[in-house]
Amino acid sequence: MQHSVSIRDLSLNFGNVKVLQHLDLDIAQGEFIVLLGPSGCGKSTLLNCIAGLLDVSDGQIFIGGKNVTWEEPKDRGIGMVFQSYALYPQMTVERNLSFGLRVSGMKKDEIDKRVARAAEILQIGPLLQRKPVELSGGQRQRVAIGRALVRDVDVFLFDEPLSNLDAKLRSDLRVEIKRLHQRLKNTMIYVTHDQIEALTLADRIAVMKNGVIQQLSDPHTIYNKPVNLYVAGFIGSPQMNMFNGTLNGTNFVAEDGTSISVATYDFATPVSGSTKAIMGIRPEHIVLGEESRSMPFSADVEIEIVEPMGSDTLAWTKIAGHQVTFRCNSDVVLKPGQKVVVGFDAGRGSIFSTETTNRL
Amino acid sequence: MTSETMTAPKIGATGAVEPRGAKPKKLTIARVGVYAFLVIAALFFLMPLWVMIVTSLKGLPEIRLGHLFNLPAQVTFEPWLKAWDTACTGRDCNGLKPGFFNSLKITLLSVPVSIVVAMINGYALSFWKYKGSDLLFGILIFGAFVPYQVVIYPLIIGLSKVGLFATLPGIVIVHTIFGMPILTLLFRNFFASLPPELFKAARVDGAGFWQIFFQIMLPMSVPIAIVAVILQTTGIWNDFLFGTVFAGRENMPMTVQLNNIVTTTTGVREYNVNMAATILTAAVPLAVYFISGKWFVRGIAAGAVKG
Repeated sequence: MQHSVSIRDLSLNFGNVKVLQHLDLDIAQGEFIVLLGPSGCGKSTLLNCIAGLLDVSDGQIFIGGKNVTWEEPKDRGIGMVFQSYALYPQMTVERNLSFGLRVSGMKKDEIDKRVARAAEILQIGPLLQRKPVELSGGQRQRVAIGRALVRDVDVFLFDEPLSNLDAKLRSDLRVEIKRLHQRLKNTMIYVTHDQIEALTLADRIAVMKNGVIQQLSDPHTIYNKPVNLYVAGFIGSPQMNMFNGTLNGTNFVAEDGTSISVATYDFATPVSGSTKAIMGIRPEHIVLGEESRSMPFSADVEIEIVEPMGSDTLAWTKIAGHQVTFRCNSDVVLKPGQKVVVGFDAGRGSIFSTETTNRL
Repeated sequence: MTSETMTAPKIGATGAVEPRGAKPKKLTIARVGVYAFLVIAALFFLMPLWVMIVTSLKGLPEIRLGHLFNLPAQVTFEPWLKAWDTACTGRDCNGLKPGFFNSLKITLLSVPVSIVVAMINGYALSFWKYKGSDLLFGILIFGAFVPYQVVIYPLIIGLSKVGLFATLPGIVIVHTIFGMPILTLLFRNFFASLPPELFKAARVDGAGFWQIFFQIMLPMSVPIAIVAVILQTTGIWNDFLFGTVFAGRENMPMTVQLNNIVTTTTGVREYNVNMAATILTAAVPLAVYFISGKWFVRGIAAGAVKG
């Protein structure tokens, strides 16, 4: 199958700073890819390279099978949505939408048809004669998406489009973008530092760090089987609980001597002998109550802090000398100082080599 | 209960008024001092203007009495008419009239030309960066610190070589060149304050150098352009040095003629005519400031903060 977007051995340097290093990425037709990482990891830079707004230092970019490495942004068949909306402030919404088409010299009735279609899809029809200053943040971002939409392109690029919006609008527009993707079936490349956006929207997530893709996989795999310690720590809120220790055959021995059975763990690579390792277990995989006695590992602990979140409750405690958070039903009444029993199955967790930080 | 008793401040146990609602404003000594200072400063700076106006409305005999600040006993507009129409500058006795129209010509041509050049410069330097563009900008800004007198002689030679010395295009070119550093700085900083995504979005939309400039950047730069118009209009109108050197006999600006009227060494010194001529010459920049003061502040603010 032909790839919609292919990136081959891409490097970009700003002076001596290597922002992207030998990056390869293949994106299938109609796929929703999220580039996820902290600020400064090169995700926006990569998007700007795909858009043609930055000249690459080395490597190639293919869009729709065509080598566009040296092409102008307008000739790449892309539409782009920016975090700051970047609407032309002196033009009405209608003229904002039609600007690119007018510049390319398209016929008036074709322009009207496309603007009408975009306005219908994004439900911005009543706003067409307004100026951007008269719009709310959510409406502005919808117009910005419309501007990409009228260009009738194969690939949509989103550069943190929801980061300037408040929490409620963000989740509303997130669903709308997902709906848009299901309707249009375009290839979409979406840059964000928000893991919720990444997990909810993506077909595949590329977790980036220092200009290198750490893991490229579907959200379920990224969340449950992170390839290294960095991905494990970056994804998930609250963070995955980590234990330092040593792996001896089917037993993980924490630093304070607590032994945790890993017989149920599915090792990616066979481990022989004794090796330093880090075990990670997600807060929601720790079970509270008497039924946890039957789990491969259980312990009696004391609750330190309780954080009710509404839908569920987070509790802080100590297991094997480490701070541990676990998630439980919000109906359970917990109090600081209360003694409870918790347990987990290491098979649902992740084990990383201390030396390489890679998944074992 | 009447409404007065409802809204009246409650008297607390100690007899003091219980604080509620807006804090009452008090006239403190410091505030009185500030106002007094401001009034005195304003009067001080208005003094020359006052003297100029009353003197220009007096006859010469009254001026000789030496009561500088007094209102004219007999108001006469004769000096104003003379300054405008018949005062002598050297051998010609046509007043300031020809100079006014020369200044008008020079200003109306130089202001748009210099602003358009600087605007394109600033736009290119902030959005279309190329290797060495920052260096070029640095050199351009350095130009603002070069004293004019240093460049005058080479400029005379250069302009006369191409036949533009002492012509209207010559003086327009000179004003454009000398306005460039500060205006380019003004426009570059304004464009640099705009979100770069705007430029990126326009490029993705397929617009080129001129399309982005005319359709997106130009409509946005109205406030800063007004600042530039004010700076250039007052600067060029008030210019004396370049006018004397580069304008040529036919295009002598008003400032040069004013100087010639005021510094005439023959005959009686007509203070009233001199004052009237000075006020006439300063009238245009003054009017520009009065009319556009609001826009000026708004434009400066637009350049300083992101919209």
